[in-house]
Amino acid sequence: MSAHTTTTPTAKAAGATADWLDSRTGVGYAVKGLARKLFPEHWSFMLGEIALYSFITLLISGVFLTLFFVPSMNEIHYEGPWEALAGAQMSEAYASTLRLSFEVRGGLLMRQVHHWAALVFMAAIVTHMMRVFFTGAFRKPREVNWIIGFVLLTLGLAAGFSGYSLPDDVLSGNGLRIAEGITRAVPILGSYAAYFIFGGEFPGQDLIPRLYMVHILLVPGLILALVGLHLAFVFLHKHTQFPGSGRSNSNVVGYPFFPIYVAKAGGFFFIVFGVISLMAATMQINPIWNYGPYDPSPVSAGAQPDWYMLFLEGALRLMPGQAEIVIGGFTIPLNVIVPGMILPVLLLGSLAIWPFLEAYVTGDRREHHVLDRPRNVPFRTAFGVSLLTAFLVLVLAGSNDLLATHFNLSINDITWAFRVLVLVAPAIAFWVTRRLCLSLQRKDRELVLHGHESARIVRFASGEYVEVHTPLDEHERWIRVQHEPLRPAVIEPAEDARGVRRTGYRKDRFRQRLSQVFFEERVEPVTPSEYAAAQAHRLHAEIEPDDEPAQISAGSVHQD
Amino acid sequence: MSTVERDEGTQTPDRFEDPGLPQHTPRRGDLDPKQNKKSERIVLALFALSSLGTVGFLVAYFALPTGGDATTIFRSNVSLGLGLAFALLGIGAAAIHWSKAIMNNHERVEARHPMASPPEVREAAVKNLTDGTEDSRISRRGLLKTALVGSVALFPLTILVPLVGEVGEDWNVGALKHTMWRKGLKLTVDPSGRPIKASDLQVGSVVHVIPEGLDEAEHPLDEKAKAVVLLVRLNPDDIRSEQGDGWSYEGIIAFSKICTHVGCPVALYEQQTHHLLCPCHQSTFDVADGARVVFGPARRPLPQLPIAVDDEGYLVAQDDFDQPIGASFWERLR
Repeated sequence: MSAHTTTTPTAKAAGATADWLDSRTGVGYAVKGLARKLFPEHWSFMLGEIALYSFITLLISGVFLTLFFVPSMNEIHYEGPWEALAGAQMSEAYASTLRLSFEVRGGLLMRQVHHWAALVFMAAIVTHMMRVFFTGAFRKPREVNWIIGFVLLTLGLAAGFSGYSLPDDVLSGNGLRIAEGITRAVPILGSYAAYFIFGGEFPGQDLIPRLYMVHILLVPGLILALVGLHLAFVFLHKHTQFPGSGRSNSNVVGYPFFPIYVAKAGGFFFIVFGVISLMAATMQINPIWNYGPYDPSPVSAGAQPDWYMLFLEGALRLMPGQAEIVIGGFTIPLNVIVPGMILPVLLLGSLAIWPFLEAYVTGDRREHHVLDRPRNVPFRTAFGVSLLTAFLVLVLAGSNDLLATHFNLSINDITWAFRVLVLVAPAIAFWVTRRLCLSLQRKDRELVLHGHESARIVRFASGEYVEVHTPLDEHERWIRVQHEPLRPAVIEPAEDARGVRRTGYRKDRFRQRLSQVFFEERVEPVTPSEYAAAQAHRLHAEIEPDDEPAQISAGSVHQD
Repeated sequence: MSTVERDEGTQTPDRFEDPGLPQHTPRRGDLDPKQNKKSERIVLALFALSSLGTVGFLVAYFALPTGGDATTIFRSNVSLGLGLAFALLGIGAAAIHWSKAIMNNHERVEARHPMASPPEVREAAVKNLTDGTEDSRISRRGLLKTALVGSVALFPLTILVPLVGEVGEDWNVGALKHTMWRKGLKLTVDPSGRPIKASDLQVGSVVHVIPEGLDEAEHPLDEKAKAVVLLVRLNPDDIRSEQGDGWSYEGIIAFSKICTHVGCPVALYEQQTHHLLCPCHQSTFDVADGARVVFGPARRPLPQLPIAVDDEGYLVAQDDFDQPIGASFWERLR
C-alpha cells in the first residue's frame, strides 16, 4: 500500500496512514479483495438496504432517546408543562416520555424518527424477504442466510413490541396485558411464565426495566451481530443476479463496490434517513400525551397495534371462544393458544423451512446464483402469495372494528366474513396465482415463437390479411428461454432386474409424489428446435397464407 | 461431494445459447462535455441544499423554543424535521446523482467459484481434526469425556437457579385467583374513590368501580388490575339470569371489568341491548343474562361480584369473586 508515488500532500498523508494501518493489520488483503467487488444492479436489491439503513437510523435516534428516557415504574405526580395532565399520577417512564416530547428540543422529532424508522424497518424486512422468496434467492448456497434473515424478522418483531411498550401509556399497557393473557394460556406453565416475565402479578414493578434491557441491549445486540453475519454472507456468496444476456451461474455482472456502491448505497442511507425524517417532521405518530398514563381500568376503542403485530391481533379476534376447553379440571384456552401461538409458528415456520422443503422436493443440490423469474416457478410463487393473503386477511381482521365504524358495517358480520376468508382466500389466491404464472409463461412462449405484434397489416394477393410479427432480438429472447424446466422427480423403479424390491423405494416414491404436486402442471421454455419450426412455419405462412394451421402452439401444457 | 441427483438425461438437449452481454450504451454526458458539466453542477447544488438544511435546523433549534402548548411544540418539530430531512436528502441525492451521471458506468464481469472448499483442503481439514483429537488423547479416556460434558452441563445451574428463583418474585401464582374484594368492602367510583349509594344510580347508568381503600394497598396497580368492576343498573325485570342468587341489588349488578379472553378492560356498554363489548377483540357479553358470551373470542362469562347494601345505603361487596377473574390459565379451576 505504500508503494505509490505520491505527489500532493493529501495523497502523501493518505499513503502514510494506509502504510501505518496495513503494517499493523494487513488490511491491504481486505481492500484488495473487497474494494472492487462487483454487485449486480436491480431496484429490488435495495429493499434489504432500506432495512439496514432504517436499522442504523434506529440506532442513532435510539441512543438519543436513552439519554432522556427513565425506565422506571415508580409512580409520581406530573409537574411538567403539559397542562392536560397536570398533577396526574403516572410512572416515571411515562413522565420522561412526556419530557422527551415537550421539553427536550428535538426530542419529539427523535421519538417520531425512531417510531417511523421501526415501522419502515419491519416493512423493509418483509418486502426484502418477499423478494428473496419469490426469486428463489434462498436456494443453495444461501439457505443459512435465509435462516439468519428469518431470525432477524422475529428479532425485529421483538424489538418493535418491546419498544412500543416502554412509554407505559394506556395503549401500550393494554397491549402488555394482552401479552400477559396470551402467556397465561400456555398449558401447565402459563401462570409461571407470566410471573417470569412480569416479576409477579400484572403489571408489577419490574416490567418496564426488563423490557428496556431487552429493547436497548439484548435484541439490538443480537440484530447487530446477525446483520453483520448476514452481510458477510452476501460478500462471501457474491450477490445473486437476475437472468439476462451474459449473466450466468458462474459469473457476476455488475458495478464495483468502490466507487459505485460506496456512492449509491452510501447516498441511499441518507435518502432513507431523510425520508424517515420527513415523515417524522410531518406525520404525528404515537402521541402518548393523548392516551394518558397506564391505568388498568380504561381502554381506548379503535386501538391498533403497530402494523407488524396486526396479524396476531386479527388472529385473536377471529378465533371463536368455543375453542376453550377444560380437561380433567385443567383449562386449555385453545381460543388463545391457536391464534396466539400455533398460527404464528405455522405461518412463520413454513417460511423458515421452505428452502429445505424445496430442495428436498426438487432433489437439486447445485448452487444457484441466477434468480428465478417468479412466473417460472408457479408452485412457489402461488404458495408465497397464498401466505401473504392469509397474512393480509389477518391484518384486516385486526382492524375489524375500524372497518365496522368507517363503513357502517356490523362487527359480527365482518368477523364472520374474515373467519371464512382466512380459510378460503389463501386457497383461491394460490389457484389464481398458479394460473397467472402458467399464463405468463405461455405468453413468453408465444412471444419467443411468434415475436411482437408490429401493428403492420399485410394483405395478400388472395385478399387475406395477416399481421406481421417482428421477432424478438436475441437478448429479449434469452430472458424468456434461459431457465431450466422444472419437472417432477424421476426415481428408480421399485424392483430391480431380478424382481427384488429395493429399500428406500417408499421414501423416493413419497418425494416423487410431492414433486408431482409441485411440477406436474407446467409450461416449459421454448427449445431451439421448436423455435426453428415456428420460424419455418412463419416464413411459410407469410408467403403462402392458406397453409394448414400452426404446428407449434404457444400454450403447450405438459401433463405427464 | 455434491451428488447431482437430476440426471443429465432429463435436461432438454438443445438449449438456446447465451448471446452474451449486450453492447454498452454511453450516456449523454459521456459524449457531450456540456451535459457532463451540467451533471456536476447539479451534484454541487444538491450538496449546497444539504448544508442549507443543516443551517435551517440549527436556526430552528435556537430560534424556536418549545412551551407547554401544542402549537410551539409542533412548530419546532416540523422545522427541525424539515431541516434534518433536507440536510440528509441533499447528501443522498448528490451522491447518487454523482454515481449515476458522472462515475464510470461500464458493467464488469467477475467469475464465481464453488462455495465448497476443494477436496485437498477438505482432506487437510479432516486431518487437522483427527490429529487434534489424537493429540488430546481423549479417545482412550471415557471417564474424562463424561466428566467434561457433565461439569459443563452442570455449571449453568449457578446462573439459572438464582435467576429462576428471583425472577418471578415470590412465585405465588395463587394470587391470580383472588382479588382484594371481601365482605363489606365498599364499591367506590374510579378514580375518585367516592362510595356509591344505591339510590344515586338511575336505571341504565354505568359506573366504573374500584374497591374502597385501593390506594392503601401494597401494590395499588396490581390490585386494581384484578379488582376493577363495572356496575350497571338495569330494570330488575330485564335481568334474565345471574351467576348467584341475591348477588344483585334492585337491578344493580356488578361484573369484573377484565375480559375472560386475554384480559383487556371491557369498557363499551350498550344500554339498549345490555351488551358489554371488549374494544380489544370484540368479545360481547350480555349483562342481563349473567354476562353470557354472545359473540367473539371469549369463552366464559365475566365473573359477577356479589353485592349488597350496608346500613347507610352504600353498595358493598358480599364477598370476593367466586372464581379467578381475567384470562384463562391452566390451573384456574383447581
